[in-house]
Amino acid sequence: MENKVIVSPAPHLHDRTSVPWVMWQVVIALLPALAAAVYFFGWQALYLTLLGAFSAVATEALIQKLRKVPITIMDGSAFLTGLLVAYNINAGAPWWFPVMGAVFAIAVGKQVFGGLGHNPVNPALLGRAFLLASWPTLTTAGWIKTKLGSINGISTDLLQADLAQVAPKAYALVTSATPLNVLKTLRDTTFVQSLTPNLTESYGIANNVYQQLCSMDTLRNLFWGNIGGSLGEVSVIALLLGAAYLIYLNIIEWRIPFFYILTVFVLTILFGGVSGLDANYFALPFVSIFSGGLMLGAFYMATDYTTSPITKTGRIIFAIGCGLLTVVIRKVGGFPEGVCYSILLMNVATPLIDRFTIPKPFGEVKK
Amino acid sequence: MNLKTFPGGVHPHDFKHFSKNSPIVELPLPERVVIPLSQHIGAPSNPVVKVGDEVLTGQLIAEPGGFVSIPQHATLSGKVTKIDIFPHPVGTSQMAIEITSDGQDKWIELTDDADYLNLSADEMKERIKNAGICGMGGAGFPTHVKLSPPADKPIDTVILNGVECEPFLTSDYRLMLQRSEDILKGLKIIMKVLGAKQGFIGIEANKPDAIEIMEKLTANEANISVVGLKLRYPQGAEKQLIYAATKRRVPNKGGLPMAVKVVVQNVGTAVAIYEAVRYQKPLIDRIIAVTGSIVARPSNLKARIGTPYAKLVEFCGGLTGEAGKIISGGPMMGFAIPNLEAPMTKGSSGLVLFDKKEAHILQEQTCLRCGRCVDVCPLNLFPSLIAQAVKVKDFETADKAGMTDCMKCGSCAYVCPSHIRLVQWIDTGKIKWAEIQRSKK
Repeated sequence: MENKVIVSPAPHLHDRTSVPWVMWQVVIALLPALAAAVYFFGWQALYLTLLGAFSAVATEALIQKLRKVPITIMDGSAFLTGLLVAYNINAGAPWWFPVMGAVFAIAVGKQVFGGLGHNPVNPALLGRAFLLASWPTLTTAGWIKTKLGSINGISTDLLQADLAQVAPKAYALVTSATPLNVLKTLRDTTFVQSLTPNLTESYGIANNVYQQLCSMDTLRNLFWGNIGGSLGEVSVIALLLGAAYLIYLNIIEWRIPFFYILTVFVLTILFGGVSGLDANYFALPFVSIFSGGLMLGAFYMATDYTTSPITKTGRIIFAIGCGLLTVVIRKVGGFPEGVCYSILLMNVATPLIDRFTIPKPFGEVKK
Repeated sequence: MNLKTFPGGVHPHDFKHFSKNSPIVELPLPERVVIPLSQHIGAPSNPVVKVGDEVLTGQLIAEPGGFVSIPQHATLSGKVTKIDIFPHPVGTSQMAIEITSDGQDKWIELTDDADYLNLSADEMKERIKNAGICGMGGAGFPTHVKLSPPADKPIDTVILNGVECEPFLTSDYRLMLQRSEDILKGLKIIMKVLGAKQGFIGIEANKPDAIEIMEKLTANEANISVVGLKLRYPQGAEKQLIYAATKRRVPNKGGLPMAVKVVVQNVGTAVAIYEAVRYQKPLIDRIIAVTGSIVARPSNLKARIGTPYAKLVEFCGGLTGEAGKIISGGPMMGFAIPNLEAPMTKGSSGLVLFDKKEAHILQEQTCLRCGRCVDVCPLNLFPSLIAQAVKVKDFETADKAGMTDCMKCGSCAYVCPSHIRLVQWIDTGKIKWAEIQRSKK
């Protein structure tokens, strides 16, 4: 026994997990959504995504160099943040848009607090919130059509041939807004009443739009991703595929996405309708959970390790809180979509939730 | 079979293939043995021999140092050559008695009570105490103490632990295959001593042949049955085994199994108990698995207590590669030791050798708060919070988060993606906290 052996504390075995392994697996899980984005929006989706990811990595490297700490860009966490920022961007955005978002996400969302593991809120969502606050129109309007020609699953043919003449506002809505935007706009009674000079006709058109939004055709488009929206969030099936992979690998836990989506689903059944209009109530909750950033947010952002609760009960409370806030923002808030802000708000509540949900040790004596 | 288990835990690869098919082989007598005076939990034993004394195999060489202590016996015949500090298999150096063999293996006189089951419970307990038996699963708690619950704590259930959930180890498995009848006899003695009305033998599902043998053997026993357990670490931990078999929860904050009317004994201990009660044979040998990818012939050896590890490895044909880590015990809870000088003790269930590649040092990184440690903790503690609190010396918070309940199973550190040495931090906290508590008094 001439050679030196390692003397270290038990356990002497370790499973395959490491920080880089976890981060790169999440990146892999997000690839189907990127493929869907390229399919529906063209190569510019890939271009914007790579810009976001690499500017995040470059920002991390630069700041770590300035902070004189080890450069950890190979752990995949900055790449993942940049990827998620880009996924939250309209495919028609200019090249500097994901760059601004990613630089802000890494610099202000992560490195300011000390880097990985120390950030209070999800950096990618903070990046998106920053873009939304700074360039609101670039973030929430000007959606580009998918290559298959849809933006919200509603075909103008299904309404009436001369819609553009009869109700130009309705025509504009149907041809330029995402499903959540349509919903939000239909809730505005002054808008509905101003569609045509005739009140009954106005409500007829609005109702027609609403019914088309809650149709099986729209649901199908939402499911595959043939819809306008942020480039990484549109395809439900692609996001679910990646999520199944992550749950299988035990990288994310089912509680947060399940209770988040369930809460939105249930609250939409209870309170999601548009007053004064009538539609297929069976489809509405599905439209609600399939549209906007909910799938992307619930599976990939609300589950962020650092900013979500550690305890199991805490995760359920966190998820229900996210769902509640999302529905409240969608229904009565100023924005059509509430996923981003709801997760950011619950991120801030995470330390408190953890503190009140410390698990009871096995065999705790009842007092 | 309906497999039972406990909440939490992890699934390490079991690595038992190295040695599971090697029948138990008796190691030839070593030239010398080193018998540590502290092979158990409790006060060290006090030597009753001096250097130069001639001793017989099985002769008393050290008396118990208190009630929670055990006597030690010579494990071969020869001369006491040294009573000094020697390397101990937990990695420290401790007092031990060295005996140099005369090559004769002359025994003390043993008896044979064929009617041993009709001995009184007190007589049985006395014989067990005199045989110097402590828990052979690794913890080393003096067996006679476990068998002497206070009068107001009746025991109704005895569970034999044949789980062997530590990866690599196969000594209990081989024992169950090869000495199943003696295990059952041991169990009956324990049940008689405690007045227990039911007995279980817990075995993990990766040992189907052991389950089959023990089931056949207990088929006609009205109050003894085999409990098949799901493959999950740490299934063999006392509280987890009790929960799986009986659904009873041993209370935390230092609660003992007797609080839920249960006593758990390792299968190896059961055999030692049988031999002590029937033959009045002291515990002088045990089965130890010597295994790992670089051991030339991984084996299950029946060897004398005090045999230096180097002797065991030599008998197994030596090493085929460079050792990277030497583990005394199993890889989840065992101790990494610097060399093979230490002797095996009554609690030595295995010696595992890793090559250079298997023995990696993982760099600690920042906690990501992923919560995996919380998910797997079989005691439902909050390992990352405890470790974090210990790092900033906030022992109060660590205590509240369950620090003192931790049994150091290592599940948390096993899954931590940031490779934080959670067990080490928690253990450090426990020691510091105990110091603070003592200084308050």
